[in-house]
Amino acid sequence: MRRENQRLADLLRDDQANLLSGWAAEYHKYAEGRGLTRDLQAQQTSILRELEAGIRADGNADNFNDPAWRVLREVLAQLSTDRAAQGETADVTSGFVLALKRPIFDGLQRQTGGAIEGQIDVIWLTSAVVDRMAQWTVANYQKTREDIIVRQQHELMELSTPVIKLWDGVLAVPLIGTLDSSRAQMVMESLLERLVETGSELAIIDITGVPTVDTLVAQHLMKTVTAIRLMGAESIISGIRPQIAQTIVHLGIDLQGIVTKSTLADALRTAMRMTGHTVARAAS
Amino acid sequence: MATELAPTGSAPIRDERDIVQARALVRTLTAQLKFSLVEQTKMITAASELARNTMVYGRGGEMRWEIVAEGIRRGLRLHFEDQGPGIPDVEQALVDGWTTGSGLGMGLSGTKRLVNDFAIRTKVGEGTCVSITRWK
Amino acid sequence: MERIPILRMGKHLLVTIQIDMQDQTALQLQEDLATMVDKSGANGVLIDVSALEMVDSFIGRMLVSISDIGRLLGATTVVVGIRPAVAITLVELGLSLGGVKTALNVERGMALLDANRTI
Repeated sequence: MRRENQRLADLLRDDQANLLSGWAAEYHKYAEGRGLTRDLQAQQTSILRELEAGIRADGNADNFNDPAWRVLREVLAQLSTDRAAQGETADVTSGFVLALKRPIFDGLQRQTGGAIEGQIDVIWLTSAVVDRMAQWTVANYQKTREDIIVRQQHELMELSTPVIKLWDGVLAVPLIGTLDSSRAQMVMESLLERLVETGSELAIIDITGVPTVDTLVAQHLMKTVTAIRLMGAESIISGIRPQIAQTIVHLGIDLQGIVTKSTLADALRTAMRMTGHTVARAAS
Repeated sequence: MATELAPTGSAPIRDERDIVQARALVRTLTAQLKFSLVEQTKMITAASELARNTMVYGRGGEMRWEIVAEGIRRGLRLHFEDQGPGIPDVEQALVDGWTTGSGLGMGLSGTKRLVNDFAIRTKVGEGTCVSITRWK
Repeated sequence: MERIPILRMGKHLLVTIQIDMQDQTALQLQEDLATMVDKSGANGVLIDVSALEMVDSFIGRMLVSISDIGRLLGATTVVVGIRPAVAITLVELGLSLGGVKTALNVERGMALLDANRTI
């Protein structure tokens, strides 16, 4: 083990009580006057323990992905996940980790009675490792926040793609907004489920509310239509505005014989005919 | 009744029955990880395709599974490995799918779309390993 | 190896696939159907896959083959009961089962076969 690692490891082992209280005091400054919750106090102890273990395993700051730091990484990942889930901000979360530097420097000073000579290696080790710990914590924090956002988007999407039963055997899906692959997936799933539930033979996909139709969107639509066909039903795509029609032709998109209409009304009229219904006005 | 499977394991792929067995294993694993029905179906189908490739092109091999974690999310990773002839032109194999002539080929491009992560290691004369992952 | 039974229903043949098939079983089914269509003079084949939780490329190709072979022998094939999750997966795989007629369930499939008969 390198000398500076030895020194730091011994400090972490021997001066725990002072380190913990010093850390709490420093955190107080970083966290806008907040104190440590019981959760954080427990985290403190495990972080110190795993940090010591990593230092003793001769870990260094140059490679934080080294196996020596594996358990410390896991503990910090858990910390950031918990903090993110509880709505704590990124800077207070990283601040918690960074607040560890000061108490360690103070501890080192206590050890040597204030002398600075020969300290540079262990000071550098401390600073670099804690920086890497904070970086890692923030990266994980951001990942957690992203996952939460993705999940919320998903839920929002579910709410905004209703499948409507227009008539016996006729379903309609009014798409509003951009049609990306996850949205398209969701539409396919709900639409197909409803096809089975209602025993419908025809699905109208209305794209009036879809701002742009490029090759990707066309692919999604085609996949949806194919899936509907596999389940024994037909599709009509409605809401093809003149601009969209031009884009489709210019891009050379082949809609492969899918029935298309410019309005939902036209689509409904066609759907009624295709499903064998006649609509007549009552004699007055 | 399927009992809970260990987080890692392997199963041989030597003949057709093993392909059916592989599907059953993946069904159990994806159900264990509480994947949605569509996600389960995609993974089971991908496993069926790759297991068949291992048997037909790789002259037999094995399927290894591992439950993986990345920060907050969990997933299922499957490796299909053989010591067969290897794939001479991987780029081509990934493009062709079933679009070439007789429509056979390995269907790798289609399988790739069923999963989140897809990796292939192959060496002519040594073998092939295809790894797929679906995240929850 | 299990053999999928083929039932006669009037001028039609009905096949219900209820097991997770081995490749050989699928090939055998294809062969058996060709023989039966020929022997019985059936003009319609209904394949019920509603029990299948998965249809991969092998089974997909089998369905296309059965449909093509049937057509050559003068019979229309309808595949019924493809589950939503299966349809989504097939489409993602790039298999549209072109040329294969489909219906939501056995009832609709039968209606389709009867309608086709009048051609």
